[in-house]
Amino acid sequence: MLTQTSFQGKLTKTEDLFIPFVVAGDPTPELTIQFALRLQKAGADILELGVPYSDPLADGPTIQRAAQRALQQNMSLTKAIELVPKLREAGVEIPVVIFTYYNPVIQMGYDRFFEMLEENGAEGVLIPDLPYEESEEIRGLAEEKGVEFISLVAPNSDTRIKQIAEHAKGFLYCVSTLGVTGGSNQMSAETLSFIKKVKEHSQVPVAVGFGVSTNEDVQLVREHSDGVIIGSKIIRLIEGELEAFENGQEEEALERFYQEIHQLVK
Amino acid sequence: MQQVFPDIKGRFGDFGGKYVPETLMGPLQELEEALDEAMSDQAFLDQYHHVLKEYAGRPTSLSYADKLSKQLGGAKIYLKREDLNHTGAHKLNNAIGQGLLAKRMGKKKIIAETGAGQHGVASATVAAKFGLECKVFMGEEDIRRQELNVFRMKLLGAEVISVSSGNGTLKDATNEAIRYWVANCEDHFYLIGSVVGPHPYPRMVRDFQRVIGDESKKQFLEVESELPDRIYACVGGGSNAMGMFYPFLQDPCELIGVEAAGKGIDTPEHAATLTKGTPGVIHGSMTYLMQDVNGQITEPYSISAGLDYPGIGPEHAHLFQTKQVRYESITDKEALSALQLLTEQEGIIPAIETAHALAQAFKEAAEMTPEQTILINLSGRGDKDMATLMEHFQEEE
Repeated sequence: MLTQTSFQGKLTKTEDLFIPFVVAGDPTPELTIQFALRLQKAGADILELGVPYSDPLADGPTIQRAAQRALQQNMSLTKAIELVPKLREAGVEIPVVIFTYYNPVIQMGYDRFFEMLEENGAEGVLIPDLPYEESEEIRGLAEEKGVEFISLVAPNSDTRIKQIAEHAKGFLYCVSTLGVTGGSNQMSAETLSFIKKVKEHSQVPVAVGFGVSTNEDVQLVREHSDGVIIGSKIIRLIEGELEAFENGQEEEALERFYQEIHQLVK
Repeated sequence: MQQVFPDIKGRFGDFGGKYVPETLMGPLQELEEALDEAMSDQAFLDQYHHVLKEYAGRPTSLSYADKLSKQLGGAKIYLKREDLNHTGAHKLNNAIGQGLLAKRMGKKKIIAETGAGQHGVASATVAAKFGLECKVFMGEEDIRRQELNVFRMKLLGAEVISVSSGNGTLKDATNEAIRYWVANCEDHFYLIGSVVGPHPYPRMVRDFQRVIGDESKKQFLEVESELPDRIYACVGGGSNAMGMFYPFLQDPCELIGVEAAGKGIDTPEHAATLTKGTPGVIHGSMTYLMQDVNGQITEPYSISAGLDYPGIGPEHAHLFQTKQVRYESITDKEALSALQLLTEQEGIIPAIETAHALAQAFKEAAEMTPEQTILINLSGRGDKDMATLMEHFQEEE
């Protein structure tokens, strides 16, 4: 049986989740807020707010480009967390997961990091380069502070799948294919049996990401898991509107963005 | 009792570990198991040493730099001649070890990152020799600086992949190699060129490079009957230094690692990671690195492509913290003067990387006594640097 509520009670659904990813500050912090609002309107249940990083090892060229644009806006871990109350003010009510590489967290220090998450009202954290074996301390702290520490599991996690799944909080991020973000995706029999295995051990919803970019992908993932994570595809939609933003056609661009997302996850 | 590093979690004290995306945890586990099995198999070790002797030309000589010692008027200077290793640098020792391991694991394709191109050449060489496919990731700036090595790699049958992200140097090439490995780990072996990266790489590369220190110790005792007072090696990622220092860690020799100070450690343009950096995570390992207050990794600078790296091997971070090794830094200018001096006095043109170790050693040698001895790891030869040197010395004229 899946846990009924999490993210400080803000997530009450345990299936059919839509979890979008955006990079804070891509192309500006103000627009990140607008995208979040449109994503929520299109049915997003949790927002992954990405912190741009100079050396994103798990990301392909699409998210690398987004990170570069955001870094040009001087976005940082501090500023990304401080964006959360601004999202709330604008009307974003869904839980926010801060998605950051580990090094910025080390520089901030665990104490300050959790203090900031609490002060600014972020309900979750995901650190893609902090595997289970290295995350014991921060998982403990997160639990103590009531912050969901999101774990990832991959097809080649193998004997570790059970251990990772059993300790998962919030939702479990299932990497559907080997590779960096933004790759192509096909649900092979192997992938399906992997997701099945993860679900057997997980107490929290199992969401699938990496390579989800069409409505067909979304339907397929929905059928076999508890939620769909979409990152690179959203970034590419944002990239497609960059020129419109520069030309001052913000409203039209945001409406097109909403329609695209709506079609993608309908 | 002496503690053994790395420990079971791949830690050297506070440093090391595995800070990688989940998709790499499986391949790293597979690698660690295969490595442990290979290193405890005498047949594998015999094969490794056989290839080093019969193919690479080891042991490399220990040369006494008599003219130079006399001219500087201080300590007796000995050079461990890794420049005489096949392909012209110490890098091949590690590439042979990992190449044999890749074969043993049944992996037919290898990938490698390279800065100066020496590790790329070494990888391409073992790929040719052992019948493996080879892709080398190299930053576009380094491709420009090291044209000759790019051609060598291609001639050896490797595919050179140009990396344009970041500054187009070693850091970016390493990111891209890791990303490629994440997506292709099932049939690819990632042959890392230095004592960096997630566990078990720092240990593996050290163990395939310690042949430098093991040989040096034996050779030095044969000619001097006692160990050197000081031992110098240049440090980028730190594999030649780790290979040289490791067998001497329990001995009363003073060990000195020399980083690249670029245009000076008080300018933003340097690669002096331990001297100026702070602890954090880079390329899957907890170590010292160059970063800004927000934890974004900053771009290093050095005239030498092989030292132009914002991190350093985690074992060096540990040896720095515990003060078992002294770390100094040398500017581009000082390195080039030392390069010239060695060339003129001893007829050996060293790599610009190596010249950093030479410069620090020459400074100190002059203040030591003729009864004292020093050993410098001459990690590579300067043939690959001719274009850079021509550019530099022509500018001076």
